[in-house]
Amino acid sequence: MSDPERPLQTRAEEFLTLFTKGAELTRELVHENAHLRRRLLQMQQQTRLAARDPADWERHRRDLLHRIEGLEGERKETLSRLEELEHENEEFARRQVEVEQENNSLASLYVASFQLHSTLDLEEVLRIVVEIVINLIGAERFVVYLVDDKTGILEPVASEGEPAEGLVRIPLGQGILGGAALARGATCRDATASEDPSAPIVCIPLRIEDRPLGAIAIYNLLQQKDCFTPLDHELFNLLAGHAATAIFSARLYAQSERKRNTMQGLLQLLTK
Amino acid sequence: MQKLRILVVDDSPTMRLLLSMALRRQRTFELVEATDGMDALKKLSADSFDLALVDINMPIMDGFTLIELVRKNRDFQGLPIVVVTTEGASADRDRAIQLGADDYVTKPVQPNQVLRVVNALLKVN
Repeated sequence: MSDPERPLQTRAEEFLTLFTKGAELTRELVHENAHLRRRLLQMQQQTRLAARDPADWERHRRDLLHRIEGLEGERKETLSRLEELEHENEEFARRQVEVEQENNSLASLYVASFQLHSTLDLEEVLRIVVEIVINLIGAERFVVYLVDDKTGILEPVASEGEPAEGLVRIPLGQGILGGAALARGATCRDATASEDPSAPIVCIPLRIEDRPLGAIAIYNLLQQKDCFTPLDHELFNLLAGHAATAIFSARLYAQSERKRNTMQGLLQLLTK
Repeated sequence: MQKLRILVVDDSPTMRLLLSMALRRQRTFELVEATDGMDALKKLSADSFDLALVDINMPIMDGFTLIELVRKNRDFQGLPIVVVTTEGASADRDRAIQLGADDYVTKPVQPNQVLRVVNALLKVN
């Protein structure tokens, strides 16, 4: 084949391709046109039918209203359930805080009680009482008094933040502290009231049954603590009973030890 | 699972018991107790710890000195330190933080409060 013939054939092929594409496009357009005609006819028919049958429209409307009503009901129910769940959630969170608080209190009470009964040495018991009052109650200035069995006078035996000259002996039943030592429970006044710094804000009587053993007088709290908590009141009760028992046991043990030593000494003298 | 070791430094046995009880609720913690700053230094040198709870007022060596020495020692520089003390003055808090304490909790403490602080520093859930 000669060269001048080649472009003619190429052009013929291009024309054929173009023609084929044109034919395809035309077929697609005809198909689409037929589809649109059918849709138009369907819609015209629907409109005619609907217009002819208002009862059908009414039925549709009622169905839709019914459905809306149903959905409204569901929405209300869901909202109410959500509210219930929120309420339950709040209650659960509140309970959790309470349980946590209770756990904290129990831990502090357990530690205080465990420590008080961990020794039979009076000095050690008094040191533990001081530790509890500082670390668990948060007192800055306080005095622990024990009753002298012979004189019936409250003698200061341990203190914190109180100058030595401020430590005075108090007869049982006299004054605020003397009276509070005979009371059945802790005597408290407003921890923030500071009109008289010499008056204790709380007096905890130490007693076994009807026998007064002493008292703890707290004069002020650590600066970061502004009031007593429910746990503090539990600790006052614990100290009133358990500290008294621990002190009583330690004194008894010391007495029996002294007696035992005396007996041993006597025995050694006799057996020599 | 390896336990996280916490050193509780307080001269009060009552506080040591309370803090140990609070932290033992978290089973991943192992507690070691020290009675003062010097005792704490010995224990820190002998073993590795993940955190220390330090009181301020202690005999032999107080908490401030302990924090200062710990921060000067390269071996313990990354050790988180939480101060647990009765000292509520802001000057004491500032001093402790300046010396290198990571947190400052004042007594009387709530066991869960200490647990929260420790968990936050150790990134424990």
